[in-house]
Amino acid sequence: MTDAHIIRLTAAETAAKIASGELTAVEVTEAHLARIDAVDEKVHAFLHVDRAGALAQARAVDAKRENGEKLGPLAGVPLALKDIFTTEGIPTTVGSKILEGWIPPYDATLTKKLKAADVVILGKTNMDEFAMGSSTENSAYGPTGNPWDLTKIPGGSGGGSSAALASFEAPLAIGTDTGGSIRQPAAVTGTVGVKPTYGGVSRYGMVAFSSSLDQGGPCARTVLDAALLHEVIAGHDPLDSTSIDAPVPPVVEAARNGSVAGMRVGVVKQFRGEGYQAGVLQRFDESVELMRGLGAEIVELDCPSFDLGLSAYYLIAPSECSSNLARFDAMRYGLRVGDDGTKSAEEVTALTREAGFGDEVKRRIILGTYALSSGYYDAYYGSAQKVRTLITQDFEKAFEKVDVIVSPTTPTTAFPIGERADDPMAMYLADLCTIPTNLAGNAAMSLPCGLAPEDGMPVGLQIIAPAMKDDRLYKVGAAVEAAFVEKWGHPLLEEAPSL
Amino acid sequence: MTVTDLVSYEDALASYDPVMGLEVHVELGTKTKMFCGCSTELKQDANSQTCPTCLGLPGSLPVVNAIGVESAVKIGLALNCEIAEWCRFARKNYFYPDMPKNFQTSQYDEPIAFNGYLDVQLEDGEIFRVQIERAHMEEDTGKSLHVGGATGRIHGASHSLLDYNRAGIPLIEIVTKPIEGAGTRAPEVAKAYVAELRELIKALGVSEARMEQGQMRCDVNLSLRPHGREEFGTRSETKNVNSLRSVERAARFEIQRHAAVLNSGGTIVQETRHFHEEDGSTTAGRIKDNAEDYRYFPEPDLVPVAPAREWVEELRKGLPELPRVRRNRLREEWGVSEHDMQSMLNAGAIDPIVATIEAGADAASARKWWMGELARNANESGRDLASLPITPEQVARVTALVKEGSLNDKLARQVIEGVLAGEGGPDDVVEKRGLKVVSDEGALSTAVDEAIAANAGIADKIRSGKVAAAGALVGAVMKATRGQADAARVRELILEKLGVTEG
Amino acid sequence: MPGITREEVAHLARLARLELKGEELDHFAGQLDDIIGAVARVSEVADQDVPPTSHPLPLTNVMRADEVRPSLTPEQALSGAPAQEQQRFKVPQILGED
Ligand SMILES: [Mg+2]
Ligand SMILES: [Zn+2]
Repeated sequence: MTDAHIIRLTAAETAAKIASGELTAVEVTEAHLARIDAVDEKVHAFLHVDRAGALAQARAVDAKRENGEKLGPLAGVPLALKDIFTTEGIPTTVGSKILEGWIPPYDATLTKKLKAADVVILGKTNMDEFAMGSSTENSAYGPTGNPWDLTKIPGGSGGGSSAALASFEAPLAIGTDTGGSIRQPAAVTGTVGVKPTYGGVSRYGMVAFSSSLDQGGPCARTVLDAALLHEVIAGHDPLDSTSIDAPVPPVVEAARNGSVAGMRVGVVKQFRGEGYQAGVLQRFDESVELMRGLGAEIVELDCPSFDLGLSAYYLIAPSECSSNLARFDAMRYGLRVGDDGTKSAEEVTALTREAGFGDEVKRRIILGTYALSSGYYDAYYGSAQKVRTLITQDFEKAFEKVDVIVSPTTPTTAFPIGERADDPMAMYLADLCTIPTNLAGNAAMSLPCGLAPEDGMPVGLQIIAPAMKDDRLYKVGAAVEAAFVEKWGHPLLEEAPSL
Repeated sequence: MTVTDLVSYEDALASYDPVMGLEVHVELGTKTKMFCGCSTELKQDANSQTCPTCLGLPGSLPVVNAIGVESAVKIGLALNCEIAEWCRFARKNYFYPDMPKNFQTSQYDEPIAFNGYLDVQLEDGEIFRVQIERAHMEEDTGKSLHVGGATGRIHGASHSLLDYNRAGIPLIEIVTKPIEGAGTRAPEVAKAYVAELRELIKALGVSEARMEQGQMRCDVNLSLRPHGREEFGTRSETKNVNSLRSVERAARFEIQRHAAVLNSGGTIVQETRHFHEEDGSTTAGRIKDNAEDYRYFPEPDLVPVAPAREWVEELRKGLPELPRVRRNRLREEWGVSEHDMQSMLNAGAIDPIVATIEAGADAASARKWWMGELARNANESGRDLASLPITPEQVARVTALVKEGSLNDKLARQVIEGVLAGEGGPDDVVEKRGLKVVSDEGALSTAVDEAIAANAGIADKIRSGKVAAAGALVGAVMKATRGQADAARVRELILEKLGVTEG
Repeated sequence: MPGITREEVAHLARLARLELKGEELDHFAGQLDDIIGAVARVSEVADQDVPPTSHPLPLTNVMRADEVRPSLTPEQALSGAPAQEQQRFKVPQILGED
């Protein structure tokens, strides 16, 4: 099998071929490393490629197979890991200058689980600094291009991961989703991304942005691949107090048995209107019709509090980040600037943070410091938490009437790099539809539903399920995916230009 | 303000009424830190007891130590507090290099225990009730070593070296309500409160509460108001007053200093102050202005703590006898005065004495050794009684040897000295040093005869009725027997042999 | 809801230990004023009688047994230190308490 062929296999296919001996893990890994060599200069999905580590892991998988040892369901399958998870001995920068060169002395729980499952970690992917952004332009190491159009953003913060998938540099990737950073990149690159229920995937070793919103999750090119990866990374972790101590929902089973027949699917009236691109709404409406055609009952929903979601989010997330990022002070690790023997620790901290953080991070730290400061706390942080309650209640009421909710993942398709770079409010709108889920803690997926007629860029369909019902995403997602592939005659990514 | 400007204590109290607030931090004696599994063992190699969590490495997360919570509830119950049905941790945000995350995980408006009191007994036996505002859980900071300045002080240091072994050790912060009405006895109340709290903590078994090791640290907040006024004056916060005596001195000093400032028409600045052991004074630290804004918010990495009522009641049932109640019981059993009891408390002698009695000694002997020889030794070596290298069982063995007549008091002191010097247990010291009362009448008789023969002049004096001179012969015999004779018996023998009877 | 001034931004930057340059202060003050103006909408619910949600999970009492787990070695702990001395993190002079 040629490299060109190998890199287009799904993760499920790759794993099966390695398990059967048709391919070796080393062949698969080398094919992907070659692809990275060929295209990543243009795409810039990776911040660090761990060639030696990946090949060593691949060799270990092949040795295991030869010895007749049991292999994990994704053994030997390459993966691109967002540079927000700690990796022992491998640089972890979180897209920031402040951690340039930092080599963690420990693995994140998710990293450990990937290794234990014999997944081959190719390297660390680019991201908006500290996961703050919707375009990956806030990376201190330069932007990532959207493989559909390299002049456009690949979404953010996990643009490196989505771009790695869409450019066939890896069949699997890991993202984190605080306000949409898995789903929005998936939507704008024509890939699949899932934000699991909050607490479903351990946050231990995932560098915190906003602790009560952050959630790691799977990114892939197919719904089944996402489910296989979901199963590997999910589960209770005693090192994370906010980790759910319950069995992982049967996501793989659901992905193998896609169906929407007889399901009640909600359409929320607040998820459309001003700011939504016509082509996005068109593809969304077609998706709803497609589900109706597959036997779903479509239910109109009114969730008035969702209109306040963005505002609440931009108070809660900055507040928590202002505290979470205080540890980057030049004392114990990371960058240190201005230590000339005359300056105080306080001065060195302030100089280092000034030099080491980018604008968006500084903006959010200041905003969060403001929202938490005495005199403003009740009006801002306190009110934002009330909005959070109202949004949760709106979801609860909605899920009494429906099994899942659907919406466009993003109001628009990928915009040009640079277009919104210095207009924070415009940038924030990219997460309009994804944020309510983070505030409430439930689960959501984005999967491709076509290209917008006006620009030919991918459009994402968001599916939202109640907390702990992640399997419903896969059941519905798999059915929708199959119907679209049948309709188009091929997966959407086949229409992407070759790089 | 220098010491000479102080108003006399009596004059200060004649014009003003002191109001105090005491904040005590207790390091719990858990095996592991509050939010990670690192050991809390003291005096280990620098940075050998740290992990991603207590170093604040990116990505790390906290998990609450169950025994930390249990200890907090026990302390709350023993302080007659209500125990929260539901409470949270909060982040207290401020930058300081000894704090790895640059926020302290603490509790803010939802402490685990609140609204309690502690009755403390003053030296004359009077009971003073100190109201408790709250007791909450938090974590300790790392330790800084300041290099390049004078004697490890921060000012003038060129840089500092940080060891995070202590960072994350569980702390319980216990805050009193304003202590009013103590009047001239405010400093005594402060000291008695801290002493009582320390006993309580030890009795609960949640910490050894050794102040000299920083396991218990006290901040003394104090303000004055003119007699008859309701509102409080501006307070000063004297930090890290780390011995019972210092607590009393710091309160006393601040009363005198505040009075001096107020008398001269000045105003008290709300500031932190540092206490100086050498002369008992305090000096100004950081001014507390409005720029200080800790931006507390609920710790999103932890979930709420909701102590089940049944569990709380179970812990309540398991509480030990309160130290004050126990002390009063012991005082009656031992038949000693309030004052003596207080001295034993201050010396930290009560537990060793009880243990010595439990090991078989009589109460009077146990008290005598611990408050005499051993207290002296502890004082001289700057240690507390509990850390002396002698066990209550060993002290009990010494009293047993005295009781059976094998040792006299003088020899017993030597035995104790030997044990403290690391020469082994009491029997080993007796053996090695050859310390035994010479009770062999024959040997003693010979020694007396020899002494009489060698000191004919003195013997004559005694024969002639100067019984007082017998002391010299006793001394000679004791010297000859290297102190191992029973002096009373020697005297009897001398008088007998010289045919004299005691007048 | 009042806007945010350049002076306030400077004060917040000090609290957050960010040594912002003059032009940054101006730039941020303008942007933050816009953002705060927009997000201040949340105060519409300030008077509503709903409990605040600080966390999406309804969990309580997640605790660990008081059992020692292995620590990092001092070498690992110090591996990222910008400077070290005597197996300790070496930091610039600390202003403040003595
Ligand atoms: Mg405190
Ligand atoms: Zn630790």
